[in-house]
Amino acid sequence: MLMTRWQPYTSLWDELNRFQEEMNRLFDSFGLRDGSWPTFAVAYPAVNVWEDDEHVYAEAELPGMELDDLEIYVTGGNQLTIKGERKQPAVNQGVWHRQERGFGSFSRLISLPVDVDADKVEARLCNGVLTITMPKSETAKPRKIAVKTE
Amino acid sequence: MAKNALSKREEKRTDVALPEQTRSSAVTYTPRCDILETADELTVYADLPGVQPGDVDVRFENGELAIHAKCPPRHEDVHYLTYEYGIGDFYRAFAINEAIDSDKITAELKHGVLTVHLPKSEAVKPKKIAVKAQ
Repeated sequence: MLMTRWQPYTSLWDELNRFQEEMNRLFDSFGLRDGSWPTFAVAYPAVNVWEDDEHVYAEAELPGMELDDLEIYVTGGNQLTIKGERKQPAVNQGVWHRQERGFGSFSRLISLPVDVDADKVEARLCNGVLTITMPKSETAKPRKIAVKTE
Repeated sequence: MAKNALSKREEKRTDVALPEQTRSSAVTYTPRCDILETADELTVYADLPGVQPGDVDVRFENGELAIHAKCPPRHEDVHYLTYEYGIGDFYRAFAINEAIDSDKITAELKHGVLTVHLPKSEAVKPKKIAVKAQ
């Protein structure tokens, strides 16, 4: 039972926010932590980014592509660009019953949270999954500070 | 106390079959597919990024083509800064109305794209009939 009273003068937005909070709580109760559902990608390709102490990693699903079809570079220390073209296999006869896969050129710019060493960026394409490993620049690496006792 | 005794007893029973974790991930994704029909065959293309060639199961049974691909998580205990897609198994099935020569079905996986060739059986292939001049 809801313990909040209906207040006729609260705006609709307050009600919607409350509804959203209720929904969030509902999902939390299923054990679905925040961040366990992907957010919708704003552009192609969808990219997952994570980091450890030494590197920043970016991963994208690019089925049917080869490294030669891709252009990957880092500019300005933390701007990662993934560019490429997915070419449709040439078909000169026949009828398409279904066409769900997308083809064509794309370009995506991702701002990384820290500066990386642009010269040491490595990209690997395996089974249609692109993994980019970017070593963090020296200034961005976490430093352990020794605490002296007096 | 009682719980401890119970867990100890369970530890000893190694001969008892334990429930097996049969699925690596809880979410199954529907892959994007293209289907092309030519005079000789049907060709199904499916995007299965991240799937190893040995992890694809393609079955043709009672006029239904089923594609099931296992895709285990690639990273454990990673805190994502950007999380735009999930990783999991793929499943898709199609009802095929054409008469297919099921012995000649072939499939290959390259760069995360599965291609299944379903050759039509001889009986339904279009035949050109020569017209004789008299």
